[in-house]
Order: sequence, then C-alpha cells, then structure tokens
Amino acid sequence: MIPSLPRPAWLRFGTAFYLGAFLVFLFLPLVVVAVFAFNDAPYPAPPWHGFTLDWFIGNEARGRTGLFGDEEILGSIWTSFTVASWVTALSVAVGTVNSFLIERARFPGKPALSLLMLAPLVIPGVILGISILAFASRIAQFADDVFGLELEFLRPGLPLVVAGQFSYIVAIATLTISARLKRFDRTLEEAAYNLGASRAAVLWTITLPYLRPALIGSAAISFLMSFENFNTTLMLVGADSPLTIMMYGRMREGASPVLNAVSLFLMVASALLALTLMRGGPRREGAAAA
Amino acid sequence: MLDSGTSGWRNRLMLGLLLAPALVWLFALIVLPHLDLALLSFRERIAPREYRLSLAQYRIFFSEPLYWHIFVRTAALSALATLLTLLIAFPVAWTIAKLARGRASSLLFVVCLIPFWVSETVRTLGWMILLRESGVLPGLLVKLGITDVPVELLYRDGTILVGLVYTSLLFMVVPLVSSLESLDNALIEAAYNLGGNGWSVLRQIVIPHAAPGITAGCIVVFMLTLGNYLTPNLLGGKNSQWFTEQIYAQFIIRFNWEQGAAFGFLLLLLSTTMVWLGLKLSGQRFGEVMRRA
Repeated sequence: MIPSLPRPAWLRFGTAFYLGAFLVFLFLPLVVVAVFAFNDAPYPAPPWHGFTLDWFIGNEARGRTGLFGDEEILGSIWTSFTVASWVTALSVAVGTVNSFLIERARFPGKPALSLLMLAPLVIPGVILGISILAFASRIAQFADDVFGLELEFLRPGLPLVVAGQFSYIVAIATLTISARLKRFDRTLEEAAYNLGASRAAVLWTITLPYLRPALIGSAAISFLMSFENFNTTLMLVGADSPLTIMMYGRMREGASPVLNAVSLFLMVASALLALTLMRGGPRREGAAAA
Repeated sequence: MLDSGTSGWRNRLMLGLLLAPALVWLFALIVLPHLDLALLSFRERIAPREYRLSLAQYRIFFSEPLYWHIFVRTAALSALATLLTLLIAFPVAWTIAKLARGRASSLLFVVCLIPFWVSETVRTLGWMILLRESGVLPGLLVKLGITDVPVELLYRDGTILVGLVYTSLLFMVVPLVSSLESLDNALIEAAYNLGGNGWSVLRQIVIPHAAPGITAGCIVVFMLTLGNYLTPNLLGGKNSQWFTEQIYAQFIIRFNWEQGAAFGFLLLLLSTTMVWLGLKLSGQRFGEVMRRA
C-alpha cells in the first residue's frame, strides 16, 4: 500500500488503470465541450462535420451568430465581470479586517463570533439567496410604507446578487488571509516600532506586504467563485443576467455551439488565472482553498 | 497594539472599527435574514396583506406526499452521492498522498484540481453533450454494438448521481489528501510487521487517522449536493425532483414566499443536522473541520 512495501503486480496495474480511468472521467466533459465549439454543424453533437470558427466569429452567409457577435452573451459576461469585481473588492477588504479582528484583537464573545463567521460555508447557497431576498424586500416594503421611499437596490437585481455572493465568499477570504496572518512574526512589527515607525507605516510597509500572497490568492478565488456562482445568484437576479444564469437559460432552451464557444473562453480564462497564480508563491494552499 | 493591555479610547475605537464590517456582514446578511425567513415560514395569509402566526406551511409539507417524498429522495440521493464520492476519491487521494512522490505527486494533485477551476455550468454542458440521445456516448454504444439504437442517458437518477459526484470530487480529494499526508508511513509498516493485512491496516490505522479529513469532505459534499440546483435540474430534467427546485418554484414562480421559506428552513434543518451528526460521530470540532476543508 505504500512505496516501501512490496506491491504485487496486479495491484500496481490496478492502481495505474484506476488513475487513468479517473483522469478520463475528469477531463472528458471538458474535452467534448472544447471540441464541439469547432464543429461545423448547428448542433453540438457527433458526427464531426469539419472544422469551423463560425461559432466564435459568426457567418452571415449561413445565418450563424458567433460568440463575438452575440450581444446578449457579451453583455452577460460584462455583468458577471462587474459583479465579480465588486464581490472581490468587498471580500478582500472585509476579509482583511476580519483577519486582524480574529488574530489581533481581544474582546468578549470572540470565539462565538469567529465560529459564526464559518456558518455561511455550511448554509446551502439557495437558502442564503432566499433569506437575503426575503429580508431585503421586507426592508424595502417597510421603507415604502413608513417613509414612502422606493429603495430600488433592495429589489432583485445586481446589488442583491453582489450582497448574496459576498455573504459567503467573504468567509473564504477571511479564512485564507487569517491563516497567513497567524504565521506572521510579530517581532518584525515590534522592531519597526522601536525604530520609530508609526502604526500606519508599519501596516503599510511590513504587515500588508507580508500578507500580499494571501491577498492576491483570495482575490483570485473570490473573483472565480463569484463569476461561477449559480445557486445564490439564481434567487436574487433581476433583469440583468450574469453569464452563468444566461447560459443556464440557453441550455434549457436547447443546445447551440455558441455555448461551447463561451465555455471554451471561460476555460481558457480560468486556466490563465490558475497559471498566473501558480507562478507566485507556494501552490497548495491557494489551490486547495478553491 | 490592540492587545497591549492599555484600555484607552483609541484602542476601543480601533476595536470598534475592526468589529464593524464583521458585524454588518454577519447580522445584515446572515443572522437577520435567517430570522426573517423563520418568521416568514411561521405565518399564514388570511387576507390581502393580512397575516397570522400558524404552522400551516409545515402542515402542508407533511400532508402533501409529493413534497416530503421529494425531500426524502433528495436527502437519500445526496447521501448516496456523498458515499460514492468518498469511495471514488479515496484511492486517488491515497495515490497522491502516499504512492506518488515529489513532483509527480504535486502534478497529479494540480491535474485533479484543474476541472474545478471551470464553472459548474460548463461541466454540466459537457455531460449533456456526452449523454443526450444524439450525444457522444449513446453513439459510441451503438458503434460498439452494445445497443441497437441510441439510448437516452440523460434524465435518469444515475445521470444525476454522476453529475453530483463529478461536481463534488474536489471537495473530497483536498481534505483527504491533507489528512493522509500527515499519516506516518512507519505506522503502516509497523502494522504489517505485527501481522496486519491490507484490510485491518485500513480499518485500524488509516481510517482512524484520516477521520478528520473524511468528516470534513463528507460534510461539505453532502451540504453542497443537497443545496445543488443546476446539476439535478439540467441532468435530471423533469424527473430530477430535487428539493431546491421546490424552493425555487415557491419563491420565484408561484410567489408563495411563506411556503418557500418553510421549505428552505426544512432543508437548512436537514443540512445542519447532518453536519452536527457528522461532527458528533467522529468527535470533531466544527471550527477545525471547516479550516481543514
């Protein structure tokens, strides 16, 4: 079972076979999605009709709209991008403050509060979505009844989507950043104080640079999780659909190779993000937190 | 700094500033919305804009067989998916943690993570292209002479399970690898020297040591599976009968929020009970398990 013990040939062979089958299982769905983005047929299914780029650049002569001409999809990519940027900025900022709160501050009720911070991770996304939807519209109703105010941002729409995704992504950012802050050597800060540095200067020149890898890693993960979120978003979405919601709607209507083209675009984008991350810093933590 | 012991107003102001975002987040987005959801589920509409406290929503759930059938079915299939994920992921995690060494191990680990950088929507699209009647696998089965005509592989319970296990693998492999890596090989060698065999070593040495990782993986996978909407809905079609679809239907389609809130609460209750049970059975603490996952 371990390398230092003799393993019979059948077990070695079995392990290799199992691993091979597992990798096929993992990559097969992604490979077919990529391959059928280039099939010259209006439906992403075999047989192979030859190579084409129509599903990316379109082909007017044959009445095909490609990814780059599909306003609806391009719009939804932009929507997802906007939402993900907000969620990332908020999650990293609040996550950093939370880490200092957990690792540095002392106050009554701290164990309970740090436990409560983990709660969003075990609440199903659909329920996070409906609870925020119901609560927001109760407040909106209240504001309307009592003050005659119409609070548009509390109705289903992008501000609520940002709030819903933020509500659990910030928990992940907090975990990632506080794990690194925990390992920080406090004597570095003390040395800086002894040398006459101000609080702000120490934070800016010593502590935050040390946290940088965790900040970048949690930003990438927040962005990715927001971009790919479906369950919470589904409950809170208004007129503007983010990409996952748009793709879901199209997939229910029927298949089109344009969806394969968007998917390939997404795969390349997340691969690039993963590669950039892997170039900086020790790998396992960031990847594992995804 | 904050914990230096001096209790000046500056320190209190600092603490207040640090606490504010966390409190706003936890109360405005987690605690109060869930309390509100609970209140919502305990009321009944008796006239337009007039409500009273009642258990009607929960009574409907228990008196309407369709609803609790779907509830039980969702729970059972989620448990089955969790078990299958564990069985499939364990040998892979073992290979990464124990058999492969150095670069091969890291490489294998990264390769296993790659598909999960891609959106669940994309992965589900892949399975749909593979499994639908005109898709890749039914065509292959005909070519191989296993079936005469292409069979529809979508819209079956098995399909939903495949999709759910696929989506969940990452959340099982990662905690398993991290708990198996800390197991000292010498313990396994010693167990064999003392006359243990593969099965007894697994049961008495490996599983007890990996218990935290197994618990963490199972809790997260069960919770995610139970709350999944996309995979059962697209791969199961009309036959999926997943409980989250009932919540969606009540909230978004029928606009019956009271009923939807009750359904949501029941799902949350089930999910929380299973998490608690998992922790209890393996004697784990919630905080540690979540940090591991």
